[in-house]
Amino acid sequence: MQKVVGDPRKAFITGNEAVAWAALAAKAEIMFGYPITPQNEVMHYWTRLAPKYNRKFLQTEDELSAGFTTCGAIQAGKKAFTATAGPGNVLMQEPFGMAEAMRLPLLAVIQQRGGPSSGTVVYSQQEVTLTTFGGNGEGHRIVYSTSSHQEIFDYVIKGFNTAWKYRFPVFVLGDGYQAKMREPLEMYDPEDRGIEMVKPYALVGLDGRIGETREPQHLCNIYSLEEELYEVVLKIAGDYDAMTPEVVEYEEKECEDADIIVVSHGVVSRAADDAVKILRSQGIKAGYFRPITLRPFPQKQLREALAKSGAGKILIAESSYGQLERLTKQELYGETVPIKSLLMPGVGIVDSDIVNKVKSIM
Amino acid sequence: MVAPAMPKSWYVPSKPHKFCPGCGHGITLKALGEAIDELDIQNKVVFGCDIGCSLLAWNFFACDSTQTHHGRTTPVMVGIKRARPELICVGYMGDGGGYSIGSQHLLNSAVRNEKITVILINNTNYGMTGGQMAPTTLPGQITETTPYGRDVEVTGYPTKGPEFIAEITPENAYVARATVSKYKQLKRFIKNALRNQEQGNGFSFVEVLSTCPTNWRTSAEQTWHFLEDKMEKYFPIGELKNPLGKGEK
Ligand SMILES: Cc1ncc(C[n+]2csc(CCOP(=O)(O)OP(=O)(O)O)c2C)c(N)n1
Ligand code: SF4
Ligand SMILES: [Mg+2]
Repeated sequence: MQKVVGDPRKAFITGNEAVAWAALAAKAEIMFGYPITPQNEVMHYWTRLAPKYNRKFLQTEDELSAGFTTCGAIQAGKKAFTATAGPGNVLMQEPFGMAEAMRLPLLAVIQQRGGPSSGTVVYSQQEVTLTTFGGNGEGHRIVYSTSSHQEIFDYVIKGFNTAWKYRFPVFVLGDGYQAKMREPLEMYDPEDRGIEMVKPYALVGLDGRIGETREPQHLCNIYSLEEELYEVVLKIAGDYDAMTPEVVEYEEKECEDADIIVVSHGVVSRAADDAVKILRSQGIKAGYFRPITLRPFPQKQLREALAKSGAGKILIAESSYGQLERLTKQELYGETVPIKSLLMPGVGIVDSDIVNKVKSIM
Repeated sequence: MVAPAMPKSWYVPSKPHKFCPGCGHGITLKALGEAIDELDIQNKVVFGCDIGCSLLAWNFFACDSTQTHHGRTTPVMVGIKRARPELICVGYMGDGGGYSIGSQHLLNSAVRNEKITVILINNTNYGMTGGQMAPTTLPGQITETTPYGRDVEVTGYPTKGPEFIAEITPENAYVARATVSKYKQLKRFIKNALRNQEQGNGFSFVEVLSTCPTNWRTSAEQTWHFLEDKMEKYFPIGELKNPLGKGEK
């Protein structure tokens, strides 16, 4: 496959464009999608770029189809991906469930918009619960929450590798601001950074003659007996737990001596980062903790940050009505530190929002 | 004991199969197996089945097979075919899966002239879930959810899939309706649908009128009577589009 980026280069582009470039650089071969704002331009850029690099695209009849065609292409051995948002993310939970059950390395970019229902097409962090735990039954998946265009580029590339290495569906969770905003980043071909891209392989349509050189493949995702399913679910859960230390990611700043730790994810963490600096400059010992993988959640690392700092409070800041808060509380079960929150569903959060909130609760 | 002759493309360890006695699924899959053998395409077929009684065929063939959610077999097959055009993708589903919950996929795949083959079993009910009304349930037919007979004023008329698909596909699509009561013709139609895909022509669709004695609650004789005298009267048999030849009426 030809190089996509060539010499690493600075670009000033939207997040959606960064997704398309990163997928190309990651050697994605085919995208399936259905229009929804704020994800559309992922498809727009992909359809413009893909033919030049001999990659494919299909606009399907809906998100169910986009998800299931992606599953099919992956079973056929291709690095395939999709992107969606909001109500489309709801519909795609069905094919995402198939990917969880059959361990299909599907990559989906979710550009969160406001909800419930059609909500807004602009921005939110309200798709955290859906994206991390959306399937029926108890599926396992990996969710990266990005906070900059550089990270979108980096984590789309990394996401394909995580998916194909561990065979769990991977989600890159962005939002409408990241999708539509322009921002500088550096694009590169992964090989030039020593990142080896995991090669895809097929589950059906294999080489060889059936009954002579190989057995037929019979893939399935429904079982006759409770015990059969039980084994499957435990095996998947076991593999996931074993993988967790290798994929869990987080970012932590100024937690050593913090009296309060601000927990946030995605773009809101940029406001949190600034807020912590402002608070520090005013003599308030604030710390910053950001889960990059919302699932698996950096539970151990957050507990350690709490322990070493001896912080007396946590503040959770999110553009949603308590989704990160619920996730964090569940992960911190047993800790006694009071947890406060700044919940601003579907609207942006700036540094002063966090600074004022911290001051009001200190 | 001598085992009955089976198509080479059947997967022997999964036999005897799990369909009810008298079910038309088995006859259809025999025709499909023989068609695969005769075209010598076993190694490049990917067989996909839906949820519904078609699911019981998940390991029916010695062909690579996959299985997905109710109604979603068509897009899974489209994904495989788009990714690997050299494969022969066969989606196998019921009338509920194809005409109801997955109808948008069937319709749009047909419109896009996706180069896959869809074989759809019309047994006038939802078999696997215990015999509820399907889009194909005949007017007046009693099912679990139409206990007084299907009232077309309330639930509309039966879906005529091949007629509808013939209308929305270009000329190089293959569209036919077969019945398990005419085995040789059934096999010929399935074979044509596979050849049409192999030649890269277009969407290839066969609806198969099939039997479900379990949910119809019919004896062998009554089953055949319902198929030949009721279903085949309502749903005309024949090739609606055959780019490979003249087309059989
Ligand atoms: C989303 C969803 N809804 C409902 C079901 C339950 N369900 C399983 S099989 C089936 C009907 C199958 O009928 P049909 O497609 O006609 O196939 P048949 O069994 O008659 O061959 C239904 C409704 C399901 N599995 N998934
Ligand atoms: S329920 Fe009907 S369709 Fe299903 S296997 Fe039995 S006879 Fe066949
Ligand atoms: Mg049916």
